Amino acid sequence: MFKSLVLYLKNADPLIQMSAVAIVLTLIGIVVALTYYKKWGWLWREWITTVDHKKIGIMYLICALLMLFRGGVDALLMRTQLAFPGMNFLDAQHYNEIFTTHGTIMILFVAMPMLFAMMNIAVPLQIGARDVAFPFLNAVSFWLFFFGALLFNLSFVLGGSPDAGWVSYPPLAELSHSPGPGINYYVLSLQISGIGSIATGINFIVTILKMRAPGMTLMRMPLFTWSVLASCIVIIFAFPALTVALALLGLDRIAGTHFFTMLHGGNPMMYVNLFWIWGHPEVYIAILPVYGIFSEIVSTFSKKYIFGYKSMVISLMLISVIGYFVWVHHFFTMGAGPGVNSFFAVASMAVGIPTGVKVFNWLFTMFRGRIRLTLPMLWTLAFIPCFAIGGATGVMLAAAPGDYQFHNSYVVIAHFHQTLIGGAVFGLLAGMYYWWPKMFGFKLNETLGKWAFWFFNIGFYVCFMPQYALGLMGMTRRVYTYPAATGWGTLNFVSTIGAYLMGIGFLFIVVQVLYSIRYGERDMTGDPWDGRTLEWSLPSPVPYYNFAQIPTVNGRDAWWEMKQQRKEYSLSSTKELKPIHMPNNSSLPFFMGLAFFVAGFGLVFNQFMIATVGLIGVVVCMLWRSLEKDTGHWISVDEIKQMEAS
Amino acid sequence: MMNKEHLSKKSFPWAHVIGYVGSIVLTVLALWFTVKAPLSQGSIITILLALAILQILIQLIFFMHITESRGPAYHSIAIALGFLFTFAVVAGSLWVMTFNSQVQ
Ligand code: HEM
Ligand SMILES: [Cu+2]
Repeated sequence: MFKSLVLYLKNADPLIQMSAVAIVLTLIGIVVALTYYKKWGWLWREWITTVDHKKIGIMYLICALLMLFRGGVDALLMRTQLAFPGMNFLDAQHYNEIFTTHGTIMILFVAMPMLFAMMNIAVPLQIGARDVAFPFLNAVSFWLFFFGALLFNLSFVLGGSPDAGWVSYPPLAELSHSPGPGINYYVLSLQISGIGSIATGINFIVTILKMRAPGMTLMRMPLFTWSVLASCIVIIFAFPALTVALALLGLDRIAGTHFFTMLHGGNPMMYVNLFWIWGHPEVYIAILPVYGIFSEIVSTFSKKYIFGYKSMVISLMLISVIGYFVWVHHFFTMGAGPGVNSFFAVASMAVGIPTGVKVFNWLFTMFRGRIRLTLPMLWTLAFIPCFAIGGATGVMLAAAPGDYQFHNSYVVIAHFHQTLIGGAVFGLLAGMYYWWPKMFGFKLNETLGKWAFWFFNIGFYVCFMPQYALGLMGMTRRVYTYPAATGWGTLNFVSTIGAYLMGIGFLFIVVQVLYSIRYGERDMTGDPWDGRTLEWSLPSPVPYYNFAQIPTVNGRDAWWEMKQQRKEYSLSSTKELKPIHMPNNSSLPFFMGLAFFVAGFGLVFNQFMIATVGLIGVVVCMLWRSLEKDTGHWISVDEIKQMEAS
Repeated sequence: MMNKEHLSKKSFPWAHVIGYVGSIVLTVLALWFTVKAPLSQGSIITILLALAILQILIQLIFFMHITESRGPAYHSIAIALGFLFTFAVVAGSLWVMTFNSQVQ
């Protein structure tokens, strides 16, 4: 295995060799810095072994932003290659690898962790809980995600990236057509991080149903919490389909079975079917929490209760159920009968209705509100028209006969980037700006943020609007170059300019964060936006036990009500403080992730010894946890008083 | 909650007995149909599926206490959703994959 790895690096593209060198240098730099500043102990105690939902959220956020950078670089490389006809920047193989890693990373290692970050940071605080229901499991989820992402990202320097698209359909993804380790990387890293996602889904459903503060009935929950509940329901019902699809594909590749190979009665179409049974709900997993984020932001910055709370809840739930009945719209052209295609076309269009309800509710909430144009609100306002266009083109694609024309063309690329960027990414950025002071205790600089906003937004339209036209002119997706005679050159060039503008927007966000760490406005009150939900009743950053006293909730927008009634939520006035019970830190989640990583790495290269060692490690971790007596610890009243005073 | 536990301790656990007998009867029936029944393969599979569904119901009702709860019955809603989605996946896939006959 090691010989072949060295051989791979020797013969690889200079771009990849450079990246390998850069990775090694960065790693050395990190190790040296940690040793020099004596931060190893701090890193271990405060972060790696933590079970605190707020810290886990921050770690998800950091990983998601790093992955956004990696996926963004991939995107710019692709757009550079497509800028002119007949470009010689990337070859076909390299282009295939890049669009595959770009798509997979953006959906599974950017959108998912970013929304896990928001869930972890806000949900327990919004419902008045001291942590999630299963803090240990929460840490396990994070480390499975982390090591899954690591495994995936190693692929391009160690043996070659997956190159069969983010959907990795057989027969292309089978051993016969893709012999290298690439697709194995895809299968195993998604499998490992997928276990973590399912666990997170379970964890948050239980947290939301069981850990609410007294008085917070379901119909008093903040809409973000509702949207997370909806999203987690979709997670636990949809992810198993991916698990099965990947497991069967992995068995085909590693154990020589024939589930999808055409030989011995295998059927590749079944993979496509299973993949999209997960795949479509997956886009709702990403978009539903974003609807919740926008609801919080619109209500806070319009100083109004959200318009039509009940219809918001109902539409969230409807979307999560109907979203399960539309998956075939991703393969109308595969040749199912008219009955099948009509059913799934109508179901797909029906999802537009509850989504429309939400948009109107946001607009009515803003109507006659006292609107403040802060960064979170700006991204929200930008989202609405963008998502409206994305939704409209979605309905166009959902018309099955039309889709025979649009399928696999740039129209689809433009559509789903409009919903994924204009929906999920805008929303997650809005949420990041909104909760940033709560996480770190300071605000992000507004001016730099506005530069980022405008570069990103203008760049977005410049990049993706031409692609609708390109699609209609016949440009198909996943082509690495095109001849000048097609006449696609101009629009592609425009599109590439847009992509670079978005890249500049991202750099502004980086500068904004670095600048604000030093000079950002400190948040002394804990309520910098004049918020409405319980997380704003706490100091920023939040003490690790969250609430010194669990609040009693008397209505929707609990914190707003408390502020209205001048019921100062201060410690001395209400009940006595009591000792607080908190879970202990643990290093097991980290080691369990590591063991999964070793097992995955072994399987990627068919090294069953290594894989066995990893799997034994997993079992040992589980046994250890089962036999360990871990009853948590108590924080005494004195300690709480001390922390609350500081 | 206390009351319920108290009650179930006193009265005879009829539900468990019914469930136990029911599940055994279903298992024996399944065995009998596969080994002895003079039916076509298709109808045997159909019968087995029906028996399996009854078996699931018995397990859920008599042993997994799907009808009891200490608070709102979230688990019943979850199970109902689970059934709905399972149905969607199984029936949907069968329906979608009939294109084999047209495509091959
Ligand atoms: C809510 C956010 C949405 C996201 C994140 C999203 C994402 C995506 C993605 C990633 C694809 C690419 C499939 C491929 O690789 O071929 C896609 C295709 C598609 N989307 Fe969406 N979508 C969203 C909303 C919608 C809506 C509202 C509709 C319809 C009402 C819709 C209808 C479709 C259809 C029909 C296709 C298949 C097109 C084809 O393969 O030819 N989408 N979407
Ligand atoms: Cu879809």
